[in-house]
Amino acid sequence: MTTITVTVNGKSYTRDVEPRTLLVHFLREHLNLTGTHIGCDTSQCGACVVHIDGKSAKSCTVLAVQADGASVTTIEGLAENGTLHPLQEGFWEKHGLQCGFCTPGMIMSAADLLAQNPNPSEEEIRHGLEGNLCRCTGYENIVRAVRYAAEKMRAEQPA
Amino acid sequence: MIPSSFEYHAPTSVAEALSLLQQYGDEAKILAGGHSLLPAMKLRLAAPGVLIDINKIAELRGVVINGNVNIGSMTTWATLEHHDGLRSACGVLPEAVAMIGDIQVRNRGTIGGSLAHADPAADTPAVVLALDGQIRAQGPGGERTIAAGDFFTDMLSTALEPTELITAVILPTLGKGEGAAYVKFPHPASGYAIVGVAAYVKMDGGSVSTCRVAVTGAGPKAVRLTDVEQAVLGGADAAAATANAGAGLDILGDIHAGEEYRRAMVAVYAKRALQKAMERASG
Amino acid sequence: MTTETMFGRAIKRREDPRLITGRGNYVDDVKLPGMQRVFFVRSPHAHARIVSIDTAAAEAHPGVMKVFTAKNLPATPVPCGVTIPNIGQKTPGYTMIASDRVRYVGQIVAAVVASDLGTARDAAEKINVEYETLPVVVDAEKATEDGAPLVHDEIANNTSFVWRLDGGDIDAAFGEADVVVKQRLVNQRLIPNAIEPRAVVGRFDRVTGEMTLWDTNQNPHIIRLLISLLTGLPESKLRVIAPDVGGGFGSKIFLYAEQLLVTAIAQDLQVPIKWAESRSENYLSTAHGRDHITYAEMAFKKDGKLLGLKVKTYANMGAYLSTFAPLIPTNLYGTLLSGVYDLPALSCEVHGVLTNTVPVDAYRGAGRPEASYLLERLMDLAATELGIDPAEIRRRNFIKGEFPHRVITGMNYDSGDYEGNLNKALQQFDYTGWRAKQAEARARGKYIGIGLGCYIEACGIAPSKIVGTVWGGGVGLWESSTIRFHPTGKVTIYTGAHSHGQGHETTFSQLAADALGVPFENIEIVHGDTGQVQFGMGTYGSRSLAVGGTSIVKSAEKLIEKGKKIAAHLLEANPADIEFKSGNFSVKGSPDRSKSIGEVALAAYVPHNYPDDLEPGFEAQTFHDPSNFTFPAGTYMAVVEVDPETGKVTPLAFYCMDDCGNVLNPLIAEGQVHGGVAQGIGQALYEYAVYDENGQLVTGTMMDYAVPKASQVPPVTTGFAPVPSPSNPMGVKGIGEAGTIGSTPAIANAVMDALSPMGIRHIDLPLTPQNVWKAIQGK
Repeated sequence: MTTITVTVNGKSYTRDVEPRTLLVHFLREHLNLTGTHIGCDTSQCGACVVHIDGKSAKSCTVLAVQADGASVTTIEGLAENGTLHPLQEGFWEKHGLQCGFCTPGMIMSAADLLAQNPNPSEEEIRHGLEGNLCRCTGYENIVRAVRYAAEKMRAEQPA
Repeated sequence: MIPSSFEYHAPTSVAEALSLLQQYGDEAKILAGGHSLLPAMKLRLAAPGVLIDINKIAELRGVVINGNVNIGSMTTWATLEHHDGLRSACGVLPEAVAMIGDIQVRNRGTIGGSLAHADPAADTPAVVLALDGQIRAQGPGGERTIAAGDFFTDMLSTALEPTELITAVILPTLGKGEGAAYVKFPHPASGYAIVGVAAYVKMDGGSVSTCRVAVTGAGPKAVRLTDVEQAVLGGADAAAATANAGAGLDILGDIHAGEEYRRAMVAVYAKRALQKAMERASG
Repeated sequence: MTTETMFGRAIKRREDPRLITGRGNYVDDVKLPGMQRVFFVRSPHAHARIVSIDTAAAEAHPGVMKVFTAKNLPATPVPCGVTIPNIGQKTPGYTMIASDRVRYVGQIVAAVVASDLGTARDAAEKINVEYETLPVVVDAEKATEDGAPLVHDEIANNTSFVWRLDGGDIDAAFGEADVVVKQRLVNQRLIPNAIEPRAVVGRFDRVTGEMTLWDTNQNPHIIRLLISLLTGLPESKLRVIAPDVGGGFGSKIFLYAEQLLVTAIAQDLQVPIKWAESRSENYLSTAHGRDHITYAEMAFKKDGKLLGLKVKTYANMGAYLSTFAPLIPTNLYGTLLSGVYDLPALSCEVHGVLTNTVPVDAYRGAGRPEASYLLERLMDLAATELGIDPAEIRRRNFIKGEFPHRVITGMNYDSGDYEGNLNKALQQFDYTGWRAKQAEARARGKYIGIGLGCYIEACGIAPSKIVGTVWGGGVGLWESSTIRFHPTGKVTIYTGAHSHGQGHETTFSQLAADALGVPFENIEIVHGDTGQVQFGMGTYGSRSLAVGGTSIVKSAEKLIEKGKKIAAHLLEANPADIEFKSGNFSVKGSPDRSKSIGEVALAAYVPHNYPDDLEPGFEAQTFHDPSNFTFPAGTYMAVVEVDPETGKVTPLAFYCMDDCGNVLNPLIAEGQVHGGVAQGIGQALYEYAVYDENGQLVTGTMMDYAVPKASQVPPVTTGFAPVPSPSNPMGVKGIGEAGTIGSTPAIANAVMDALSPMGIRHIDLPLTPQNVWKAIQGK
């Protein structure tokens, strides 16, 4: 067992973990943050994407011990003071989700994409979400949702 | 989904990492970005007894451009992809890097980790070969420089000693009259290269004076296509030079791309890479 | 009170707030005190005799509670729920844990229960199973040959059944034909890939004796029924909950070994047990889809008039018959072989073949994509052979005239305007413009292709009298609803349908809001819990709205009828004089004498001065069994570009014109089409599950099996051309599977169209770069 301290969604947690514990299991099982999902075992599906120190990562491919001292944001921490993040709003407005299982990871990836590129083209959105698989939506409405959020975020923070 | 148990170490200096490597020998694996190693461990295709996580070694991160490009081995793909200086100094690297995996892989994955792993379908080995780059490694006996051409020895095998660590990758900066390009046929699921070709040329009065072309994905390791390089010298006919680019290569086939198809794609992608590199050199 | 009708409005979904904030509740999120994890040890061999299993080392592993094998578990069967009548179907025995023989890679041989998954898996590695391998067969056609290895010794030629459907005079049809097009077609094996893998949590309450199962499932009541029948656990002591379910696409309909094993183990150990599969495990255990090899011949007159169709299909069923497996390549395939066309004669023969592979069952579309692909590919082959435009040859053969229209397969199409649909599609999606662009591109050496797919499907899967008797389901298929109108004006609706992404909480609320005249927000939909819902058949076969929705409308009608009596009493009027409109009961001719439905509800629960013949309470229930299927149809059009050097196909645009009847929520209907199309494009271009000759699944992870990514599918344009169904009061037909059914042939036809200058007439699915390149190279 190794003792780690991780800040998750702004709150600091100190826990004992086995070195082999993956970050996704730490979040889901130790902290009961079950919004981060597990959809594969080869780092393809992206259902487990969270932000580590502001950058998106597949939490199934990071050890919890590697997150010691880091700040992690999960889907549960994306809305601020009860106000939905523009991406959450976009996914709702544009029907960007059906079963909802890939959605947390998809939103977290899209957030990183928009941080890197606030005004992505349709092609850039599709390319930028390459690490996230959705089996329900055919991605069409996900693209619309990301565009909605991009527009809203640009309007809120003029360059 | 859950790896076998292991002992975990997170050294903060190269010296500390090297002493751990010596202490644990074959039992230990270096953990860099982890995007090859951890999935293999989750599927229990790999079960190292000790992991030496080198992510906390600050001295291994960063890009210095000063006559050449010196990239710390633990520099992430994302850093390379978005590095403005690199784009003008050696644009083929960020071009290739942008085709690796996805944003999340590029946020964690590192150039040193990838080169040390020597996956036969990784992208950057072709680029490092085509640019005639160098790999700097440090071991108990000190630091040494390995030429890219000597580095990849076989599938998942390199010239690194088990007690050595890659510290940096050194690439040239490209000047006027020089051009390089990387083109890739990605696997539809994994995104790895079924065939990826990097080409570097120096043009002199409309014809090629220096050329290096390297292919990854097609065989057990990334290799130079020396016949293609020779064939294009003194001219500029990429199509003719690459028509038989796949001939004689050691090719690995799978269900998505059998040997015959992969060989044919080596020629197509070598042509495309070479054409693009020549355009850039002339541009 | 609401006055604006909710039907037809693009209401955004009420289930989304919890799902976009990480507050969904999926089975793997369930955490119970004392819960243990189970890890299943699966056969690494496709066919082998189990010589011995040594579990001693695993049992001694710290943290292990117990190890199970066939020796300490009952031989509970994993049943096939379908026996097709009169064809001598042979259903092989299949138990939840193998005792002496394994027949596919992934079959369960042992189970380890431990405090956590890592420990269970560590211990599982210490189990030593000795196998004696046996010969393997994976190809359905080869499996029927004499001398092929037998998957089950007692089933000759590995043939579980041969099913026939004949109509008209097939010999005469082919006798008078000017042209016969023939093609061997492969409809490759697919892996459904719901992004949520399967999971089961079982809790046995030793005080009450009640077993609760949380299950990633599309039809919890059917699971409860089957487990009750198989284990003797009474339904009153068995509760199955399918909470938020992360996609199903058919694969979560079935009763698998794992649900039975978790039930048995939780009962045995009397602690909560969780099983959650990994993706690689999913590929080896969750039912696959499709996998047909078909020989088809279509007879035509010179003018393009269709005369007859001969089909012989080898359907790979896998090693055992899954829950509904025999229905898929028969009654959901053969009966759709008339398509949208006037087909005078049909001869269809289907061999259901057992092989050493994961069982095959319904996957989105289930039989209908296979039928649609066959028809639409042959239609294009005929168009090329006869020199008729693909749109025109279809036009010449569409069913026209009166509906309902009975076709040669026996299906009675409810309504449709196939020619109108095609014409609208071609006009709206600029077919002629694309043809012009294609000609211009060809002149520049570019290979652009345009492909059509005109599909029909039988949806609203129900009519008990067809499903239960003709099909051999042995059980009826209907759907239920209970509307419980609370005294405060809030409404709870219990539906037997199940949403695993379809948005029932929204659409069913829309329906009920209209029917009851109460605000949408006041309605709550409850589904997926046998402890709350009366009974239900679940969701698959695009049935929820047509069957489940109708049930809700009917329950609402019953409630209004009762409300009229209560209102009449309150208003001191004759019940016959009470009208109901927009949530108000009023006396005909005196609109000021009225009571809201809320007031009526409150009165219904406090009936202090009721007349004797009026029952208290305000609740209604309906078990709705429709008289017919619904028959959605449509025209899909794909535009692709093929790189002749690499064989790579790039889909440029995709267009859909669907007749799914009246559209309740356009946002949701469009989303269903988008998703279905991506899966159909996946089949056309990327996806294939491959077994090697040893029965090893070569495409065993998401690194090998290509679930389409965002960059691999084109923008999709949708359109709707409703011809209302007469089979239900809303005039709806169903939209869940259409996208998958129509898109695969449209893409395939577009690729062949692109390559037609090279003389290429057919390439088998999937149209991977390698397959296309080989065809271009003439290999």
